[in-house]
Amino acid sequence: MLRDNLRAIYYIALKDIRTYYLKPPAISWGIVFPITWILAFYLRMPGDFRELVPGLIAMTILFSTTAAEAVVINFELRLGSLERLLLAPVTVPAVLMGKIAGGAIFGCIMTAIVTMGSVFFLEIHSNMLYLTIIILISCMTFATLGAFLCVLVKEVFEAQTLLNLPRFIMIFLSGVVYPISKMPLWLQYVSHSLPLTYTVNGIRNCFVNGAILPVFKDILILIGFFILFLVLAIRFLHKKFE
Amino acid sequence: MKNAIEVNELTKRFGKITAVDHISFEVNRGEIFGFLGPNGAGKTTTIRMLSGLSRPSGGKASILGLNINSEITGIKKHIGVVPEVSNLYDELSARDNLVFMAQLYGVPSKERSKRAEELLKTFRLHERKDDLFRTFSRGMKRALTIAAALIHNPEILFLDEPTVGLDVVAACSLRNLIRNLHQQGITIFLTTHYLEEADLLCDRVAILVKGRILAIDTPETLKVKTNKKSLEEVFIKITGLEPTVMVIEKGK
Repeated sequence: MLRDNLRAIYYIALKDIRTYYLKPPAISWGIVFPITWILAFYLRMPGDFRELVPGLIAMTILFSTTAAEAVVINFELRLGSLERLLLAPVTVPAVLMGKIAGGAIFGCIMTAIVTMGSVFFLEIHSNMLYLTIIILISCMTFATLGAFLCVLVKEVFEAQTLLNLPRFIMIFLSGVVYPISKMPLWLQYVSHSLPLTYTVNGIRNCFVNGAILPVFKDILILIGFFILFLVLAIRFLHKKFE
Repeated sequence: MKNAIEVNELTKRFGKITAVDHISFEVNRGEIFGFLGPNGAGKTTTIRMLSGLSRPSGGKASILGLNINSEITGIKKHIGVVPEVSNLYDELSARDNLVFMAQLYGVPSKERSKRAEELLKTFRLHERKDDLFRTFSRGMKRALTIAAALIHNPEILFLDEPTVGLDVVAACSLRNLIRNLHQQGITIFLTTHYLEEADLLCDRVAILVKGRILAIDTPETLKVKTNKKSLEEVFIKITGLEPTVMVIEKGK
C-alpha cells in the first residue's frame, strides 16, 4: 500500500513536471514575475537591494510552486483525468501529494536558480544548510496552499483568481518589500498569520546570523501550515469525488 | 470462487435523492454482464462504487472475494475501468499515456514498454503511437482508453457506455474488441442504453430504472418470459417507459 502510494506520488509529479511545468507559461509566471517585481523596487532604491533578497527568494517560492497548480488540478478535474488516477491502486492523499510534489519540485528548481544567483552575485554569506531546509519546507507549504485553494473551486480561471488573492496579500503584508515592524500593530497581527512571513523571516535569519533558534521556530510554524493546508485539501478533494 | 462480483443491497444516496436503491446481483466469472437503463438510472453510480470512486451509503459488495469498503486498493489491482469520457492525457502521446498508466499500476519496469507496444498493436494504434492523445479521433480515443484499462492485465473490465458518440464503424470495431476480450476470459461489466448492443454482446443483463433492478436474466430468457422479440421491447414492457410520439405539424 505505502509502496503503491509512493510510486504514484513519484510518477504523478514526474508526469506533471513534464506535461505542465516545464512550459513557457509556468516558467514565466514562476520566475519572471518575481524578478520583474523586485527589479522595480531595486530601480527605485538600488542601495537596499541586499535587503530585498529574502523577499525575492520568498516570492519566487510562492509564485513558482503555485504557477501551474490551477492547470494541474482544475484542468484535470474538469477533464476527468484526475479522477482517472484514482482508478489505480492509490489513495486520494497520494494523488494529491503527487500534484503537490510536482509544484514543490518545480518551485525548488526555480528558487535554487534565483538563490544561487543572488548569493554569488551579491556575495551574501549565509547558512546554506538552514537556507536549504527553509526553502524545501516553504516549497512544500506553498504548493500545498495552492492545491488547497484549487480544490475549493471548479474552473481553472476561478482557481487562478483565487490563488492571486493570498499571493498579493502576502507580498504586501509578509515583509517581502515593506518591513513588518513599520506596519500598524493590527496589520502586524495579520502579517503573523500569513505563512510567507515565516519564509521571509527564516531566509533573513539565515543571511543575518545563521542562528538555529529563530530559523527553527520559522521551520516549525511552516510545517504547521503545511499540515493544516494538506488536511484541508484532502478533505475537500474527497468531497469533490463524492 | 464462482462469482467475480457479488452485490448485496447496495445503496447510494445524494442528500434526499437515492441514486442506487438496495440493488443485489452477481456477475459470474468470464461472462459479459450488461447493466441496462435509461439516463439517470444509476448505472454509472454503481460502477463508481464498485471501482472505489464513491463510497456506498449502505449495503455490501465484493469483487473477487474482496470487500469494496475495506479492500478497495487490492480490488483496483484486478479491475480495469473505462469511464464514459475518454479521459487520458491530451499532452501525452498514445504510448506515453499507456506507459504512465503502467507506472501507476506498478507494472514491472521491464514490461511497461513491451505491454504498451502490444496493446497499441492489438488496438491498431501502433502507427500513431507517438502522436498526442488530443490529435486522435473519438473512436481512437475510446480504443486507447480501453487499452489503458488493460495495461495491468485485469481480470474484470468495467465499461461505462463504451460506444456512446462513436460512428457505426467505430462502434462495430469496439464491439468486436469486447468479444475478443471476452474470449480471453476477462469478465466484462458493461453499462449501456443501446439495447441492441446489449442483445448482441451480453450473456446476462440487468434492467435498472430509478436505482432499482427490475429484472435480471439472459436476453433470450427475458424475451421468452415477456413474449417479446427484441430486448428493446422487453425493456419497454418491463420498465413501462413508453417512447413519446412527437408530431411536428407542417408550417408551425
